[in-house]
Amino acid sequence: MRRVLLPAALLAALIGLWQIAASTGAIADALNLEPYLVPSPTEIARSLWENRSLLAENAWVTLREMVFGILAAIAVGIGFAVAMHQWRAVRDASYPLIVASQTIPVLVIAPILTVWFGYGIAPKVVIIALVCFFPLTINALDGLRSVEPEAVKMMRSLNASRWQLFRRVEAPTALPHVFTGAKIAVVIAPIGAVFAEWAGSSAGLGHLIQSDAANFEVARQFATVAVLSAIALGLMGLTALTERRVVRWR
Amino acid sequence: MRQDTRIKPQTGKSQTVDPPPLADTTAGGILLRGVGHSYGELRTLDFLDLVVDAHGVVGLVGPSGCGKSTLLELISGLREQSSGTIEVGGRAAAAERLARCAFMPQRDLLLPWYSAIDNAALALRNQGMRREPARAAAAELFDRFGLGGFEGARPSELSGGMRQRVAFLRTLVAGKPVLALDEPFASLDAITRAEMQEWLAAALRTDPRTVVLVTHDVEEALYLCDRVAVLSARPARIVAELSVPGRRAEDRDEAVTDPGFVAAREEALHALREGSR
Repeated sequence: MRRVLLPAALLAALIGLWQIAASTGAIADALNLEPYLVPSPTEIARSLWENRSLLAENAWVTLREMVFGILAAIAVGIGFAVAMHQWRAVRDASYPLIVASQTIPVLVIAPILTVWFGYGIAPKVVIIALVCFFPLTINALDGLRSVEPEAVKMMRSLNASRWQLFRRVEAPTALPHVFTGAKIAVVIAPIGAVFAEWAGSSAGLGHLIQSDAANFEVARQFATVAVLSAIALGLMGLTALTERRVVRWR
Repeated sequence: MRQDTRIKPQTGKSQTVDPPPLADTTAGGILLRGVGHSYGELRTLDFLDLVVDAHGVVGLVGPSGCGKSTLLELISGLREQSSGTIEVGGRAAAAERLARCAFMPQRDLLLPWYSAIDNAALALRNQGMRREPARAAAAELFDRFGLGGFEGARPSELSGGMRQRVAFLRTLVAGKPVLALDEPFASLDAITRAEMQEWLAAALRTDPRTVVLVTHDVEEALYLCDRVAVLSARPARIVAELSVPGRRAEDRDEAVTDPGFVAAREEALHALREGSR
């Protein structure tokens, strides 16, 4: 209970402070802004309610992009980790490149991918997968490498084939690490989604934020952010739940 | 029956050992001739000669880091020696040795995602047996070796001694002529270790195999083995070989306090000290 109550209390206190500061106009005055540019939490909540169908429509678009992107990243990340674990040459050749690739900002490649793949869901899935691929690959590889050498000897001595070693020892050992990677992926996926939609889109929460920014719809921008983070938290919870059901031995 | 298994009061060396069953000599005998091993520049083993008859139980004792575990892995076919010949059941190739030896690592390494019975049945599953018959085969041993009722337990629910028993059954179930045991009881407390030694002695009485037992515990080696090879510090040589008559007595406490046993232990410890220099 304490683990739920304490953050909830802190959140309530922060929202309360914000409510007071915004509704009295203290923030707007301090920043020398029109009051409508600094919406209070109640105004954001009202915007959330009034725009519920618009937000739901766009949330559905972004959720689909994120789910497909994360699933693609899981498939590619695990595949890559297994290949790097199985063949030393693959690891030596690709590991530095994979690390180096992380220095390229998504912001820069998103427009290029939009040029290549158009305005549909494809470039979004690719961009989200690119962002999520790294933590998944690295964690899966760490997991595979954390297998004890003694366990490998034991399995070899008990007639295990390469595949049996993978299925009965390596894969289960790596599984919790894969879930760690998946949780990180789920948290950073919204960033990829928003950048991808900013680079060119006709719908989605990132698209909505962008057009609202142009129209100074600040309350709805906050409402959109709330929806986006709710999606990420939901996916995070789903991942944790799946982990608990799959990794029963922990 | 006890009189037959008791250690008679005499020094450990130069005693005749019961002749091993002749039928299995080719299946499980071990022969080492001039075996050397190096990790790069580091020489770990130096021209070792050793013969173990089928169903013989040989102990390897030596100072820490002397290369006894390496020697065990060489015999098991998990590694290739740098020089010399190793034969298990008359075959010298590492893959052939691997096919004949079941290796039990130092820690139990039970797989936490499997139940006790599935851990014990691991080798049968690897050999292609389906789950149910593999479980049935392992379950029979559970009853015989005092683990009945714990088939479905998770490894984390078992005590240290029981985990070692399951790990040993896992090794036994593989059905190989040679068991290569790497300090199997090192992680246990003294009382549990003594219990496990008696248990292993009983297991080997009912299901005799060729056993190579690596241990740093001289008493354990002398109690469980027919013969104990004392290794020197790196690069390891065999500095003494002791035969122990009347090994694996049912009553361990009585066996280890026997004057003959005590004399053999002193001799082994002396050789160990000499070899460590």
